[in-house]
Amino acid sequence: MSLGPHLFLALLEGTVTALVLALTALGLSLVFGVMRIVNIAHGEFFMLGAVLAWWFASLVSGWPVVGFLLALILGPLIVGGVAVAADWLILRRIDYDPESTIVATIGLLYIIQQVVLTLYGGDAKAVEAPIYFRVSFPWFGYSGYKLIVAGASALLLVTTWIAITRTEIGLQMRATQLDEEMAQAFGVPVRRVYAAVFALGAMLAAVAGVLVVPIQQAHYLMGGDPLLLSFIVVIIGGLGNLRGTLVAALIIGITDGIISVFFSPTLAKVLATLLVALVLVIRPGGLFGDEDS
Amino acid sequence: MRQRPSGKILALHAGIIVVLLVAQLFLPPYHHTNLARIMVFASFAVGYNVLMGYTGLLSLGHAMFFAAGVYGAGLTVFHLHFGAIEAFGAGVLSGLALATAIGLVALRTTGVSFLIVTLMFAQAAFLTTLHFNQITGGDQGLVISSELASLRIGSFEFSFADPAVKYNAALLLFAVSFAVSMALVYSPVGRVLIAIRENEARTRMLGYNTYKYKLLSMIISGAISGAAGAMYALLFSYVGSTFASIQYSIFPLLWTLVGGVGTLMGPILGTGLMFYVVDVSSGLTHSHLIVVGIVLVVLVLWFPRGIVGTVRERWFPWLP
Repeated sequence: MSLGPHLFLALLEGTVTALVLALTALGLSLVFGVMRIVNIAHGEFFMLGAVLAWWFASLVSGWPVVGFLLALILGPLIVGGVAVAADWLILRRIDYDPESTIVATIGLLYIIQQVVLTLYGGDAKAVEAPIYFRVSFPWFGYSGYKLIVAGASALLLVTTWIAITRTEIGLQMRATQLDEEMAQAFGVPVRRVYAAVFALGAMLAAVAGVLVVPIQQAHYLMGGDPLLLSFIVVIIGGLGNLRGTLVAALIIGITDGIISVFFSPTLAKVLATLLVALVLVIRPGGLFGDEDS
Repeated sequence: MRQRPSGKILALHAGIIVVLLVAQLFLPPYHHTNLARIMVFASFAVGYNVLMGYTGLLSLGHAMFFAAGVYGAGLTVFHLHFGAIEAFGAGVLSGLALATAIGLVALRTTGVSFLIVTLMFAQAAFLTTLHFNQITGGDQGLVISSELASLRIGSFEFSFADPAVKYNAALLLFAVSFAVSMALVYSPVGRVLIAIRENEARTRMLGYNTYKYKLLSMIISGAISGAAGAMYALLFSYVGSTFASIQYSIFPLLWTLVGGVGTLMGPILGTGLMFYVVDVSSGLTHSHLIVVGIVLVVLVLWFPRGIVGTVRERWFPWLP
């Protein structure tokens, strides 16, 4: 294959990665934006989504489509439930103090990870894709499922965006983000908004996990990479800045795809991290953040 | 204004070292080796506490400084056949140099960003050790016991395979880092660091260049962590990328939190306690790290000050 098609393949891979990454990172960014907390366990919600997808698939083995649809609907709901419980039992009690929350979510990370290890085991398990077809380009065939993943992610991103900018609940979220006390004074149930945002963030990560599992196997330690990449995206995009998050996810995802095709994935991550360092030296608030944040 | 630790405080902390020194005569072999390990890890926690406890900077990337020490000492022994002292020096310098470089960049950010940035740099360092697996041995690691010559001082010869040498070398490292952190806390520099922890804006307004002080704290913290890593590589003759993984960034945080953030005795108590808790639970279940998770959550919810912090609050307010 010559350079042109190679680059095209890299772009394609990068776009798929970028859109899935955008979903995960949007969840992290939303939680930070509204609640001002960093959720270190975010990657574990992604992992839970993937593991639940395997579980539903094995529950109705033989009908991969049914299993997949079940996982796509129930998986995020279960993960959202876990998130609400964590918010209720832990985060609310420490009053969302930034540093305590970080320690608590590290604890949550270990608890989720080790419970999954006990119940699910330490092996990576594959899930069959719900549909299998190949899109043939003049130079190579490409997995149709990956294109569907990209499409579904894009659709979910747009839906979330509309929900935040056009609905009553979205308005309450934005009001809480701007000024928590003022929002409370105007009758916004801030506590409930917090729980909802934390659940929504976790659900976005879980959906990404469900979508990704037929491409990438489910494993109890798979949460680390999406967490790291989401952090990179959120920093470059400016913490809590949703538009910045989306743009940064596309940049990082496509760059990652291109570097992974031409060099090694490990090197791609090292380079992405160094890129972040460079951004931070020039603009501590992120590329799209405010100068003073 | 220079403060001096009172006789009571000096006696108490010297007492800990004496207890550790005497304990080796009575301990059965299993606990003897454990305690050597605990003292090395406790030195790592002491280094971590300088930054987190006394400067108020929460880092999630200290594994890279520990690993810099491990690799700085281990690789120079393995590839360049350094002696123990030179290798230890190389380890400390690696930790110090890495902390300086990372500090220069990461300290431009504050609060939550600082923590994310340190986490990311540590992950990049971890991936780098995997990427260059022909030199580092990757996650398989390297065993350096056959390359490491015994240490000769005068007519004495110390072999690192000897448990008594391991124990006393670990104790020496711990005593030195303990003393350094105590001297730092009572020095004028240490008082400025504590002021930064309490209120950085006010400290800056008083005319201190807080960036320089934070960088200094980071360098001291990184050098102590590097020293602990170097000692670990020499005493337990193994280097591997495990030491650069996120686990080893979270452990010092856990040990410091359990013992008490911003207390001198916290790191050794927290490390000792958690070492045995993890050790016992790993005998019971494969998923023993769940204990780490539960302890972190319980600490945050009910004991945010840790052991020494709670004791200080309730009974002995004079504890440093």
